[in-house]
Amino acid sequence: MQEKYDFIVIGAGVIGCMIARWLSRYEGRVLVIEKQADLGMGTTAANTAIVHAGYDPVPGSLKARMNVKGNAMWDQLKAELNFAFARSGDYVVAIGEEELPALDTLMVQGKKNGVPGMSIISGEEVRAREKNINPKVSGALWASTGGICDCFQVNVAAGESAAINGVEFKFNTAFEDFIMEGDRIIGIKTNQGDFLSRWVVNAAGLYSDVVMHKAGVRPEFKIQPRKGEYFVFDRADIQIDNILFPVPSDAGKGIMVTNTVHGNTIIGPNAQLIDDKEDTSTTIPGMEEIWEGAQKLIPSLDRRHVIATFAGLRAMGNGPCKTPGVNYNKDYIIEIPENVRGFVNLGGIESPGLASSPAIAEEVIDLLKDAGEDLREKKDWEPIRPARPRYRDMSHKDRQLLVEMDPHFGRVICRCENVTEGEILAEIHAPIPALTYDAIKRRTWLGTGRCQGGFDMPRVVAILSRELGISPMEITKRGHNSEYLVRETKESEAADDN
Amino acid sequence: MIIKKKYDVVVIGSGPGGLAAAIDAKKGGADDVLVIERDVELGGILLQCIHNGFGLQTFKEDLPGPEYAQRYINEAKSLGISFLLDTMVMDVTSQRKLFLSSRDFGYVEVDAHAIVLAMGCRERTRAQVRLPGYRPNGVFTAGTAQRWVNVEGYMPGNNFVILGSGDIGMIMARRLTFEGAHVERVLEIQSYLSGLSRNYVQCLDDWGIPLQLQHTVKKIIGKDRVEAIEAVAVDNKWNFIPGSEEIIPCDTLLLSVGLIPENELSKKAGVLLDPVTGGPFVDEHFQTNIPGIFAAGNVVHVYDLVDWVSMAGSEAGRSAAEFALAEKARTARYIPLVPGKNVRYIVPHKLDKQALEQGDIHLQMRVTRPIEEDVWLEVHGENNRIVRRSERYVRPGEMVTIVLKPNMHAEVEKAGSLTVDIYPKSEA
Repeated sequence: MQEKYDFIVIGAGVIGCMIARWLSRYEGRVLVIEKQADLGMGTTAANTAIVHAGYDPVPGSLKARMNVKGNAMWDQLKAELNFAFARSGDYVVAIGEEELPALDTLMVQGKKNGVPGMSIISGEEVRAREKNINPKVSGALWASTGGICDCFQVNVAAGESAAINGVEFKFNTAFEDFIMEGDRIIGIKTNQGDFLSRWVVNAAGLYSDVVMHKAGVRPEFKIQPRKGEYFVFDRADIQIDNILFPVPSDAGKGIMVTNTVHGNTIIGPNAQLIDDKEDTSTTIPGMEEIWEGAQKLIPSLDRRHVIATFAGLRAMGNGPCKTPGVNYNKDYIIEIPENVRGFVNLGGIESPGLASSPAIAEEVIDLLKDAGEDLREKKDWEPIRPARPRYRDMSHKDRQLLVEMDPHFGRVICRCENVTEGEILAEIHAPIPALTYDAIKRRTWLGTGRCQGGFDMPRVVAILSRELGISPMEITKRGHNSEYLVRETKESEAADDN
Repeated sequence: MIIKKKYDVVVIGSGPGGLAAAIDAKKGGADDVLVIERDVELGGILLQCIHNGFGLQTFKEDLPGPEYAQRYINEAKSLGISFLLDTMVMDVTSQRKLFLSSRDFGYVEVDAHAIVLAMGCRERTRAQVRLPGYRPNGVFTAGTAQRWVNVEGYMPGNNFVILGSGDIGMIMARRLTFEGAHVERVLEIQSYLSGLSRNYVQCLDDWGIPLQLQHTVKKIIGKDRVEAIEAVAVDNKWNFIPGSEEIIPCDTLLLSVGLIPENELSKKAGVLLDPVTGGPFVDEHFQTNIPGIFAAGNVVHVYDLVDWVSMAGSEAGRSAAEFALAEKARTARYIPLVPGKNVRYIVPHKLDKQALEQGDIHLQMRVTRPIEEDVWLEVHGENNRIVRRSERYVRPGEMVTIVLKPNMHAEVEKAGSLTVDIYPKSEA
């Protein structure tokens, strides 16, 4: 028997999970499929985690509308989903007089897009607010609505909120094709079997072009991956207090220097157009490029304090802007296509996709309503996804109380980030369980510090093995083919035999 | 075990430095010595160092790491030193207050007359040697692999390349070979070995494992698990030599690229670090810039032999005990000044009894409420009156002073605390 759903969402990145969460408000059976072992392992896993204010996108574009609308939704989203988010405001920093005109351009653009709370401040004022800034700073655009978040937590929290409200998730489940009945989609084929559904939502990110082509939609649409590389600094050694962008160029928003909600400073990204949708490798020229770019803003950065490097891919599309008179062809696609029924099609959701994500989810709901879908609100919908304790950030008194309540919180597993066994257990037994090392890492921030998991790794593998009741040799870093251990040692084998 | 409020000496870490420090602190006269260990057993990293070569200086014997540790553990236990296992020190202040976190003991606050920092060091990681490529599983520091093989009993791979000719890397090359794994080669970016020559001979040369000097890893290949690495030759300035690239298939890359003293806790206490060693600035007794906070072993600088670590631990422990005893003697002379009837506060808050021998001591205070009649201002111990004088009134707006004279010294000596009461004579 094939399972039958009302909605299937392809992809459990931040967009897919946010849509699932919005769908969970209404009656109906919802399934999210994800080819990876966990949520948010694609573009959401590797970006700058900025909630953009909305002065960058081309005025009139869907991107601009989603960004500004989405940005305004984050305070309520944070209150309901309990993730780390700080609306700290951001800066676009002009270095030298010649960069000053770019600030005015952005200001005008931002006003057209409806971005509130912007102003242009003097170089002197920037120096006062960020002591490490390049002394040649000539001014900055200040956007008070910009912010930073933990993008993994946002993704997980949205997914969990959906799961709490009855949405089902299937991981390691890869979309293969649609099941059609005439011009209507009635389900999907996956590597884990077929699933029937009245509606299918394409939130496949880098692969959104592949998915829509299978439905016969927009054959000319193509995702062009744009790789960005990053450095992460030890939070104990370098702390930049602000979100600092350079003035943008044709290549994008440029190599920035920003603080994060965890206190680490990060720099990046560059923007390399590549063909391979799986190529998240860092490169030596790329590392040099971001190093040079970041030093333009903060010359005093010290490479010895870099604790991690990573690369992520942005899913840049070639969707034309629908607004008459706006000549822009990298716009978001959010539509119910005319030639295929039962299909909500998204594509090209690159930056500022994270900031836009709640607005995109709402847009999907609006499209469904417009298409005549009878969406009935659940009476018992639960908007709150409860917060989980973060030992590292608690006061001495609160830690004491927490450990009294549950002693597992007293046992520190990750010594750099002070993540406890209690926090790990909470994630393993969460509504969407964390079953791999990386899943725990992304949810707790364990292993992200200066030793990069060297000490906690064997301990986390042991805890996962114990809790899941499987051999340590079956524990993976991120699912399929990423096991830690290949066999027992000779002595252990001999002991097993006896 | 009952955790005391205050210890003479608290040692953070039970590796060779910490154990030696605890033993010599105890022998040096410290009564209450507490060792805090974050792992579930005593001994620190020595427990995973099952190869021999330890103790040649100290014991004139060639011991494996766990046995070397056991000798110190036995001595420490016989001396009555207290231990907290599986316990993390979350915070240390310059006033030598520690916050401990444990599943078994809860979250507790402990004070110490002296502290010995003995947290050891950690391994440098991938980001610190600029290794581009993917982030697959199978890139481990040599020490993590060592823990897996020697403590957990599992092999983290079958085919290894080791980057860096540090001691742990070379020792692991031999250990993995014993276990039937293939160690393809060891790459070293420098033109010389970074570890001990004896390890090169015994761990690489004897087992036919090639060492390539002036070579490094240019790229890690494999998305989920390491599939190969691209090796490359470098010139004297570490620039890649074009055309020298070579793809080496392997499933694991071990990094043995240096150690860094682990001083995140030290920084919380305000301990100043030498940017060259990464460890605290210390004097000849291993005391840091913060009085009463000592540091010993790899937390100060990275040693080559464990024997020197133990020796440093002993010195730090002795010095910590000496400091603790002096501190204890000094603080034992203090008695608190307690605001009694109608007294809001008293300055000073505490009093060195012997200071009375030097001259007058002025106790300054304010009253809680006005009394508009003749009052007594009285200072007394638990069982004896020290001094009493009168005033025509007291008011909160007007500070009150009582003077303790040298001739009161004998009476003050009998008291454990001094209380000041201010009350109407009519109530006396």
